[in-house]
Amino acid sequence: MFGSIFNADFIASSIRIAIPLALAGLGGVFSERSGVINIGLEGIMLTGAFTSIAVTNFIQNPWLGILAAIIIGIFLGLIHGITCITFKANQIVSGVAINLFASGITVFFSWLLFNETQIMAKISLPIWGLSIPNLGEGSSFLRSIIIIFAHHSPLVYLTIIIFILSHLIIFRTPFGLRLRSVGEYPQAADTMGVNVIKIRYIAVMTSGALAGLAGSFLSLEQAHFFVKEISGGRGFIALAAMIFGKWTPFGTAGAALLFGFGEALAIRLQSVTAVPVQFINMVPYLLAIFVLVSAIGRAIPPAADGIPYEKEVG
Amino acid sequence: MKKNLSVVVILVIILGLCLSSTLFAAEPLKVGLVFDIGGKGDKSFNDSASRGLSWAAADFGIKRIELEPGVDADREVNLRNLAMMGYDLIIGVGFLFTDAISTVANEFPNTKFAIVDGFIPDKPNVSSLNFREQDGSFLVGMIAGLKAKEDGKDTVGFVGGMDIALINRFEAGYIAGVHYVYPECKILSAYAGDTPQAFADPVKGKELALSQYDNGAWVVYHASGLTGAGVFEAAKERKRYVIGVDSNQNYMGYIEETKESFGLTSMLKQVDVSVYLAIKSVVEGTFKGGVEVFGLDRSVKIGDNVYYGVYYALDKYNENLITSEVKAKVEEAKDKIISGEIVVPTEVSK
Repeated sequence: MFGSIFNADFIASSIRIAIPLALAGLGGVFSERSGVINIGLEGIMLTGAFTSIAVTNFIQNPWLGILAAIIIGIFLGLIHGITCITFKANQIVSGVAINLFASGITVFFSWLLFNETQIMAKISLPIWGLSIPNLGEGSSFLRSIIIIFAHHSPLVYLTIIIFILSHLIIFRTPFGLRLRSVGEYPQAADTMGVNVIKIRYIAVMTSGALAGLAGSFLSLEQAHFFVKEISGGRGFIALAAMIFGKWTPFGTAGAALLFGFGEALAIRLQSVTAVPVQFINMVPYLLAIFVLVSAIGRAIPPAADGIPYEKEVG
Repeated sequence: MKKNLSVVVILVIILGLCLSSTLFAAEPLKVGLVFDIGGKGDKSFNDSASRGLSWAAADFGIKRIELEPGVDADREVNLRNLAMMGYDLIIGVGFLFTDAISTVANEFPNTKFAIVDGFIPDKPNVSSLNFREQDGSFLVGMIAGLKAKEDGKDTVGFVGGMDIALINRFEAGYIAGVHYVYPECKILSAYAGDTPQAFADPVKGKELALSQYDNGAWVVYHASGLTGAGVFEAAKERKRYVIGVDSNQNYMGYIEETKESFGLTSMLKQVDVSVYLAIKSVVEGTFKGGVEVFGLDRSVKIGDNVYYGVYYALDKYNENLITSEVKAKVEEAKDKIISGEIVVPTEVSK
């Protein structure tokens, strides 16, 4: 039983499940580090999932599909920015509005353009890396290594690069310093000559781009389908991953992997044990709570998270 | 005074509109259909119901409307709105409508209701359309077992949507069918979840199926609505067989570039036929409340085709996968199920 659960396929499955959570969670990191809560990640993911499939099927190029998902994500991020940063509306309300808007608009356009709500991807990205040797030929160790490290969608490798870059940007560049200061104490940043509004716009649009990319992975790469509500609450799990990761890129990636691990475990436990599915589906969350209380400790958000910036006059 | 007058005028107009719709008694029968989770376009359960409505519209010239509830609470609201708009027959697609239809049927005793998969036996204006899914699943289970045996494999799989008694019937019948022809065969079984969302999560469906294929499953049968789209993707990725559900999904297992077909068969649950017959009964004035069961023994001729309550799909995509020998065995078992010689279980013994 042990061997039929914990094998290379299991790790690969954990990684696949973690990717959209990690990307959207990273979007949350950028946004909240600048002081803007973005619970619209769920809706942006959903819109990205639809856009990538729609564009891919029309233009016959999955790369452009992914690009389109990123652009639509930036656009929705911009809308969130206009409402929350410029007009200082409540950030939660704006996020909820984006989610509701997304679930309606995606179904509307899928009827309009495809006359159905279940759209199959006509082409998808190739798998990058080495091909998996058949069982029997080659060592099983080599086979495992290939399955885990070198047989993925290009987006998986891209995600890893994005995470390393994000870490460097947030913690090692002047822009990152400004981003963090704007989220902690915008008044002070402003007096130092940092353009709070501009930084926040950049951060929110970046978060939209990442959530859109996460959505394209979900539909184009994982399911090869768009179906309505395909995001299925993953945007909210991504926010949880962000909090788990204490608003840092690597922490978020770790938390997303933990969730992916939990879900992959739940999937495999079902097929080999007689434990009721209701209990098994709790596994990822039990795991999360366990890790939260035992290893993570208190998670403190950026001080100005969720507070619109009012420039003091006079 | 003037304001009062305008109010009166508006009221008269509204009253007139209401009356006009009841005065013209010769207008066609009005049938409303409210969809389940997954909604129209699921290429499975809901589309099947919608197809039945289209057949009826073509044959009887009825006036029809299809509604898709957005959130759970909308189900009851949609039903009530249709009843208030004077619809003659209102159909709820899916067991989730059980409470809503019970409530609304009491409020509108003169309106007729039908529920697919629900069980409301005691109301004169509600017809419950039930299926013997276990029998159809038994037949596709046999096909899966025979395929695994023929190819020298020892494992098959099952992916369910939401873990409820209804879907357990599919699983129980499938397991019995596999073991009927191949007693030593191992069966991996998994469900996508325990909320209705489990019928609309292809990403989860794909991961579930991949894990079963990677653990040796040669054929995977899904009973999971939209989630099943992911099961088909997993099958094509691993180049193993998959069995569809409700509608004929064989084509979903076909790979265009390589001309390979992995859709072994589909368990047909003829929701379309049940919806068509329910509408027909209202048109002909023979509608009666209670439970209608559609099984292997219920066949109906619509147009040029004969449909059974439940069955297995044969078409150009799987004609090379199912030998005449397999077909003969399955047909034999079908007759035994109808005669009662084989009794298919409805619950999984764990």
